[in-house]
Amino acid sequence: MLQFVVRRVLLMVPTLFVISALVYFIIDLPPGDCVTAQVDELLARGDPDAMRRADELRQLYNLNDPLWLRYLDWVSGIFRWDFGLSCQDTVPVSSLIGERLALTIVMEAATIVFIWTVSFVIGVYAATHQYKLGDYVASFIGFVGLAVPNFLLALVLLYIGKVYFGLSIGGLMDPEYIDQPMSWGKARSILEHLVIPVIVIGMSGTAGMIRRLRANLLDELQKQYVVTGRAKGLPPLRLLIKYPLRHAINPFVADIGGLLPDVISGSVIVSVVLSLPTTGPMLLGALKTQDVNLAATFLLFVATLTVIGMLISDLALAALDPRIRFGATSEK
Amino acid sequence: MTDQTRNDRDRSPHFVNKEPWDPYVAERLTADQERYYMAGQWKLMWWRFRRHRPAVVSAIFLALIYLSTVISEFIAPYDLHTRHSAYIFAPPQQVHFFHEGEFIGPFVYALKTTRDMQTLQRIYTPDTTKPQKLRFFCLGDPYEFWYLVDGRFHFVCPPEGGQFFWLGTDRLGRDMFSRIVYAARISLTIGIFGIALSFALALVLGGLAGYYGGWVDNVVQRITEIIKSFPHLPLWLALSAALPVTWSPLLVYFGITIILALLDWPGLGRAVRSKLLSLREEDYASAAQMMGAKPGRIIARHLLPGFMSHLIASATLSIPSMILAETALSFLGLGLRAPITSWGVLLNEATDINVVAVNWWLMFPVVPVILVILAYQFMGDGMRDAADPYG
Repeated sequence: MLQFVVRRVLLMVPTLFVISALVYFIIDLPPGDCVTAQVDELLARGDPDAMRRADELRQLYNLNDPLWLRYLDWVSGIFRWDFGLSCQDTVPVSSLIGERLALTIVMEAATIVFIWTVSFVIGVYAATHQYKLGDYVASFIGFVGLAVPNFLLALVLLYIGKVYFGLSIGGLMDPEYIDQPMSWGKARSILEHLVIPVIVIGMSGTAGMIRRLRANLLDELQKQYVVTGRAKGLPPLRLLIKYPLRHAINPFVADIGGLLPDVISGSVIVSVVLSLPTTGPMLLGALKTQDVNLAATFLLFVATLTVIGMLISDLALAALDPRIRFGATSEK
Repeated sequence: MTDQTRNDRDRSPHFVNKEPWDPYVAERLTADQERYYMAGQWKLMWWRFRRHRPAVVSAIFLALIYLSTVISEFIAPYDLHTRHSAYIFAPPQQVHFFHEGEFIGPFVYALKTTRDMQTLQRIYTPDTTKPQKLRFFCLGDPYEFWYLVDGRFHFVCPPEGGQFFWLGTDRLGRDMFSRIVYAARISLTIGIFGIALSFALALVLGGLAGYYGGWVDNVVQRITEIIKSFPHLPLWLALSAALPVTWSPLLVYFGITIILALLDWPGLGRAVRSKLLSLREEDYASAAQMMGAKPGRIIARHLLPGFMSHLIASATLSIPSMILAETALSFLGLGLRAPITSWGVLLNEATDINVVAVNWWLMFPVVPVILVILAYQFMGDGMRDAADPYG
């Protein structure tokens, strides 16, 4: 088991390196840099010092260095929790992102937990009550969840909240807690505001998971050992939990790895729509202004989160299924 | 000679029926069964697909909506860019048939504009004394059909001296319905082009990996793993932010298509690879190899047809995610740019919730997006079921 964990962790490192290089290169790709826009603004205002100011800024951000040098500078700084300067306000990136990263992790973890519990309960119920009313309701919710893209759902909810209830569901805490140190009141406020984004982001993932768990469990429920167990007189709940559920749960855990990229993608766009103080809106802004250090840091963070999530799902799978622990792992 | 005669003599006499032999005498096939047994693979799939009602309805719906993109200019009552400065944020006009209990055919009431002196907003009220009859098959806004032929012929035109904003107007007074009709062209084709490109990439790269194995396979596998393990939307954002601002809208359109395809192919590529891995061990593949067929011919001629139907079905199932991705990118302002108009570009106007709360008709582009995605979902499900007609 230890060997398995070590090997998986070591595999993460080159993946993250490739991603970081790729991301840094892509963001720097378009012509011009983050100073160009600022200088254009100065020029438009007729500032005579504009060009000199531009040179100063370029000097400050090392923009005259070749790309690979800036990349190495940025990458080596990561280990010291130093992500370079943000081009927007000339502040260190690390001071901008701290709270946003934490809130993002909280939101995404909450979404995963939501997807898991809801789809588990509904999936098992739908499979054991096939072709009953509850099953149809679950399938219907599943279809809606798959068909309605989450940012549109967020937009519609925002509209309904605004027009019919007169409340704004944007933001992630009550205004009085913004920029306040952490307290119980703040934590409560955050949790309350999390409910809507978590449901919106989790909707499509939940729909998919319900469908798969239902299908898996239905396959298992038709097998002979279940019939035997029932004939022996095992109580239905015990029969369900002890045998078929254990088989059906395996792909369920494996799916979490695939779920995570979707959840993160969803959280980026939903938090833009709901203007949540997570990484989404800031990433969008940084990409639009070509703030390479800031955008690359966010993207790398997102990638790290995904890779770690995949690792956790692999480990959970290995803990659940001895065949994976001992056998050939990567090839299926 | 003597042997021959002796043999003839030894043989016991036995009865030979002179009538022609019918192999189906034991089990006569009905006409239906015969039709079924003789049908080719694609015919069987078609029959199987036809049984899936929602899929058929969806396919018809999609066919109609794609047909409408061919003649958008004819269907839309106004041009994509016609501005009506007197009708900014005009609400949808209802189509009526009865005026004061009397049937006079489809008509709208003229819009009366007043100004709220408190908020300085315009208020539009239908003037129920003035019914204005809609014109059908008529001459209206001039357009260039497919940028080639000048025309003025429309399916429906605003009444003489009046306006017809079936779904309201936006902040520049442009007709929402016409814009949605024109935007369908972009939104729907980007999914098709994107999937075609992604399909080609998947065939080539997945094919190489599956057929050659070894280090080629390893490299392709690592690439797909990296792409799959990275959340797509942020990467899409980064890539489309990298498209130069100086590009013409048409170039941006193709750029976005390529970006969408670049991240989409791994799923299909994996399917191609695993199928090829198992199929290349088949006897007919070895036979072709021994007869000196080149790898390209074996893959294209002998292996691919074996699972083409599956590939097409799964490709169809990933078109909606393409359309959605484009919508999301344009909605965030990093996708397509005006004057190219897609449903996402239209929704970009609906980002400010305070504007939308007053002018709710700005949310209308959501409806076609959801309908098209649902239709593709159903049709893809039906195609997937039909892809294996022997199962």
